Amino acid sequence: MSEAVYPQSEVFHTEDMTISVGPQHPSTHGVLRFVVRTDGEVIGEAIPDVGYLHRSIEKIGEKCTYHGYVPYTDRADYLAAMFANQGFCMAAEKLAATEVTRRGEFCRVIACELNRIASHLISVGTFGQDIGAITPFLHALRERETINDLMEEICGARLTYNYIRIGGVGYDITQETCDKILTFLDHFDPIVDEYNRLLSYNKIYIERLANVAVITKEEAFQYNLVGPNLRASGIKWDIRRDIPYSVYPELDFEVPVGHGEKGTLGDCYDRYWVRMQELQESSKIVRQCLKMMPKGPAISKVPRKFKPPAGEVYVRVEAPRGDMGYYVVSDGSEYPYRVRIRTGSFTAMGIIDKLSRGIMVADLIALIASLDVDAPEIDR
Amino acid sequence: MQPLLNSLPETVFTTKVDELLNWGRASSQWYMLFGLACCAIELMQTGGPRADLDRFGCVPRATPRQSDLMIVAGTLTYKMAKRTKLLYDQMPDPKYVISMGSCSNCGGLFQVAYSVCKGVDKIIPVDVYVPGCPPRPEALTEGLLRIQDKMMRERWLVKDPAREERAGT
Amino acid sequence: MQVQEIYNKLEKQFPGKVGLFRGDIFDPCLNVDAGAIVEVCRYLRDDPETSFEVLSDLTAVDWTKKDDEKIQVVYHLFSYGKRHQIVLKVDLPREAPRIATVEGVWKAANWFEREVFDLFGVDFVGHSDLRRIMLPEDWIGHPLRKDYVEQEEYDGISTQRAPLVEKLLK
Repeated sequence: MSEAVYPQSEVFHTEDMTISVGPQHPSTHGVLRFVVRTDGEVIGEAIPDVGYLHRSIEKIGEKCTYHGYVPYTDRADYLAAMFANQGFCMAAEKLAATEVTRRGEFCRVIACELNRIASHLISVGTFGQDIGAITPFLHALRERETINDLMEEICGARLTYNYIRIGGVGYDITQETCDKILTFLDHFDPIVDEYNRLLSYNKIYIERLANVAVITKEEAFQYNLVGPNLRASGIKWDIRRDIPYSVYPELDFEVPVGHGEKGTLGDCYDRYWVRMQELQESSKIVRQCLKMMPKGPAISKVPRKFKPPAGEVYVRVEAPRGDMGYYVVSDGSEYPYRVRIRTGSFTAMGIIDKLSRGIMVADLIALIASLDVDAPEIDR
Repeated sequence: MQPLLNSLPETVFTTKVDELLNWGRASSQWYMLFGLACCAIELMQTGGPRADLDRFGCVPRATPRQSDLMIVAGTLTYKMAKRTKLLYDQMPDPKYVISMGSCSNCGGLFQVAYSVCKGVDKIIPVDVYVPGCPPRPEALTEGLLRIQDKMMRERWLVKDPAREERAGT
Repeated sequence: MQVQEIYNKLEKQFPGKVGLFRGDIFDPCLNVDAGAIVEVCRYLRDDPETSFEVLSDLTAVDWTKKDDEKIQVVYHLFSYGKRHQIVLKVDLPREAPRIATVEGVWKAANWFEREVFDLFGVDFVGHSDLRRIMLPEDWIGHPLRKDYVEQEEYDGISTQRAPLVEKLLK
């Protein structure tokens, strides 16, 4: 805590103030709440209060069949619904030893990486908005609309896709759609440079983010940060590369890590910059997949009464907010015995209390935005 | 009246006081920036460059004190219900509510959940329900136009016991 | 390091405290005595050969089979350096389950344990801030237990569903 300005004076004294930020607040990204104790502008502590979007998705898993649960996983992370779909389907496939067709795998990767672009666009756009730059947000939404159109062509939904099914994908991606995706990527690659000129190299933006809320490697491990937040602390770890799944081993892509680009390693700017680079990497992956797409069916034959043998499995996918783990326990019946979704935002929220001590109120907003936390992922 | 006939210049037009008030209100609805769940993303997209709610005079306001329209976008949990009521109570009259998406209409997909309130209308009065999970921006725009229609039919100067009762509670 | 080797190491270090090793399933797991969980976790983290720096996940499963009623707390440990993972399981009684917190080993456990406390009612002894996290403070019951019964209303709001849904649920 900072020293009181006039400690002896009876007239001018300072005292701590407790403010409730949220649940309805424009920069808390959904319904999050922080109980902030401040001394003027300096934060003493910011205690997160979550659960305003707890929709009991894990309990519903025990009441649904395996096929029927896939739409619910969409809602476990609506900004990156593809990954949530994929995680659950991979868990179910592993339990029942179901094969996924090769074309299905490529369809999955294309859809997922497009989804990653869409999710990171929201993350980067709202980051700008929270810091005070409204225009980049609108630019990001403009590109997102195009991705939504593509997604609509692929699977018929704009946001909650229910595209990846057990054994493959719901609908094949036609050649026509492939061409459209390629046209979009040709348009999108220069746009990233435009964002960089507009936002990333903006002096005010750098000043607001560099050296703010530094997360060291040890802290990242202690608090179990995952995904871009972990990579920004200098750890080169990507599940797509290190515990490979789907067709990722055949694809060539970089894993961007933080280097202390404009300040210290693991500060807010590094977390932002990792995401910006991932946009380009995702675009690269989709291009490769479009070239390598084999012919064949998009989904393998899966019995309608899907009954995996008793057992349990823990699978991880690399979602835009990091390692998304599905722990599925089966007791041999048509319904999962227990579904547990372990998400990146949940653990990222745990670190805010520690990092917030001693920073400014404005920096707290930058910190929340840089961790890219997402209410449905926290609460599920 | 005789001398007034055929005398006014073209720049003058006549209307009823009610209609003038309604016209002003309907074309500048400020909605509260209040997203609960998935629908909030579609709400953002609707405010974004393509659907562009701004052309109907709709701009987001971050505080309930300045807004006339509440778009309940997403799943309402019991934990959030009290806060939603509080936000609604803070809005100045006249206020309108759009319930956006299945979840806030009736619980939708999450009817089976233990922690989800089965419809926002159990907490606050709703004017327009927009179906969909989540509704497309076009659907939300249509809901907004319905609210405008409703606003245009309001008669503020006429004594209305129902409205008085609403304002009293 | 193979999970079998880790298990052998643990057995030597903590005789009688670990057991029921299963290496033939997808994610090899072993049972740990409830009283020894903190020492086992700290050992697994600090030993240079295992070096589990990260607690990937902490959750629980409610088993209600006859003669085998238990709440099983499940720890997923992971090591970025060694790239191996292990699953620890602790069986607790369904009535008043209590276990020591591993918050001192990994900070991430703080929130995980709060969630398990909220949804399963497991009491983590020594936890610094054991409050409900997902549900409101005045919520009754622990919903992820299999025998959870919903209340008629919460805070004056009826939990009644549409008749069609009620029918489907039965």
